[in-house]
Amino acid sequence: MPVVKAVTCPVCGCLCDDIELTIENGQIVKVKNGCAMCESKFLGCNSEHRILKPLVRKNGELVETSLEEAIEEAAGILAKANYPILYGWSSTSCEATRVGLELAEEIGGVIDNTAVVCHGPSILSVQEIGISSCTLGQIRHRADLVMYWGSNPWSAHPRHIERYTTFSEGRFQKSTWKRYLTKIKASAVKKRIESALRRVFFKKKTFVQLEKGLPAGVFREGRKLIVVDVRKTKSAEVADYFMQVDPNKDYELLQALRVLIRDEEIDVDEVAGVPVEYLEEVADLMIRCNFGILFFGVGLTMSEGKLRNIDAALCLVRDLNMRTKFAIMPMRGHFNVTGANTVFTWQTGYPFAVDFSLGYPQYNPGETSVMDILLRKESDAALVIASDPVANFPRKAAEHLVKNPLIVIDPHVSPTSQMADVVFPSAFVGIETNGTAYRMDHVPLPLKKVVSPPTGVLPDEEILKRILSEVRKTKEERLIEAA
Amino acid sequence: MRDKLKVTLITGRTIEQGVAKERGKFTKEYMESVSVCYMDPSDLNELGIEEKTSILVSTDYGSVVVKAAKSLRGPHPGVVFIPYGPWANVVVDPETHGIGMPSLKGIPVEVEPAQDKHILSLGELLKEQFGKE
Repeated sequence: MPVVKAVTCPVCGCLCDDIELTIENGQIVKVKNGCAMCESKFLGCNSEHRILKPLVRKNGELVETSLEEAIEEAAGILAKANYPILYGWSSTSCEATRVGLELAEEIGGVIDNTAVVCHGPSILSVQEIGISSCTLGQIRHRADLVMYWGSNPWSAHPRHIERYTTFSEGRFQKSTWKRYLTKIKASAVKKRIESALRRVFFKKKTFVQLEKGLPAGVFREGRKLIVVDVRKTKSAEVADYFMQVDPNKDYELLQALRVLIRDEEIDVDEVAGVPVEYLEEVADLMIRCNFGILFFGVGLTMSEGKLRNIDAALCLVRDLNMRTKFAIMPMRGHFNVTGANTVFTWQTGYPFAVDFSLGYPQYNPGETSVMDILLRKESDAALVIASDPVANFPRKAAEHLVKNPLIVIDPHVSPTSQMADVVFPSAFVGIETNGTAYRMDHVPLPLKKVVSPPTGVLPDEEILKRILSEVRKTKEERLIEAA
Repeated sequence: MRDKLKVTLITGRTIEQGVAKERGKFTKEYMESVSVCYMDPSDLNELGIEEKTSILVSTDYGSVVVKAAKSLRGPHPGVVFIPYGPWANVVVDPETHGIGMPSLKGIPVEVEPAQDKHILSLGELLKEQFGKE
């Protein structure tokens, strides 16, 4: 059975490029090195939930149709619309996004990617303050302090810790995997002793808790991991230090750390639910490291403060660079959301929420962002590609989206495709078609085609090109008619 | 024991949701992974309910029936967690504060027992919310 090596995984922003796939009779039968999500995607790409034929809504029902008819229908909707939105782009290739931007310009619509409901606030903040960043390779080899703030890589980026941070074996930094195993064993022994003592003395659970990781002095050597979250996530259990911040209080905690890093005093005992004494220990660790990295997740962008939380995080890192070397990076979710921002930027000058309604690109998140347009009920048609806003947008926004003509390009049946008026089945990017994607640290990586798509199923780029050419044809015909 | 509890809702990713969404949104696994509300055991006690029973989560924007589950990520009294998905969307705050980003974490919600209410399937939920299946 042929084995394809060095495949890039098209799931999350980690873009792990060491996946090995075993192919049998044109199907993927085994996945090696991947995480649970990676395996689920590669093995599930031929599930019964796949769309295989183009669909159009007739008398309220989605019925199978020919590709030509679906393209005509979609082009008709887009060419007729006054203020259409084109949304998604984070789970497709850069090549497809480039065609999407051309289409947006042609129809005078608004094009936006999923960053708007993810790290959009981070982008706004980086535009104001700037960012000191680096690649994941540098972190793997050199970072001796890793922080995850409002991010749970164990669930959302399962191999991040193993490939790029504390559990990876770097050239100058050793993996702390063995240390973690020792810690687990030690805590298991501790629990057994405590339970035995309870049985002997008939006492209730009184002295359990290993709440804040191990005492700082236990492991003096090696890279350290700090996790800040509102819940004690799996990632927090791996950490040396864990700060359980009160919901919506990240801003206060970040600013308190800034105060401590500038050697100033805090007059209270507790900030955002974290004792100041503990905070001082963490601040001390941050100053003493040789090279630290702060990864932040949507825990900061979706909570109260939004972009201002990111402002505080970026400023914290800026302050830290006066004392030591520190970098900061957003934990990007979809595998090519960074690529979507990059392609948007080199084509239009702006990373998301680009409005072509006046014939040239305009950018004003809050006004030209898809969420706000939907909430203000301004759009009159939409094309959604490689995304599922009906499953991910607040109900009020999704309501307006499904009320107007909706075109969906997706390999899978999704709540959005079920609500659509025209549905195009597409090939999985990175499995059935190749392309380029950008990792969360802005490193572009090639995606491989490892198996063929089902008969008649085209890649996103090809579908978009056909819609674009049909839109141009329709517009020309209308011009001739009008003349 | 109280009839209703005012708590803070966090929505977010779980590995179960991540795996199920890649397999297909209309799978049983997806529904089971996202129509659930993880609560601190003390909050479950406060409401006098067992885990795996239905609860009604309400905000100013809507209300939805989901399954209560005991959180393994505690202690976090006063904080409940629903994974991203169509069930959470019914109750999240669409306010973008002028920057395009809705408020998906740290939302004030009310939780009450709803043992006799049934959790809608994805099809039923879409029909109820948008009138299409």
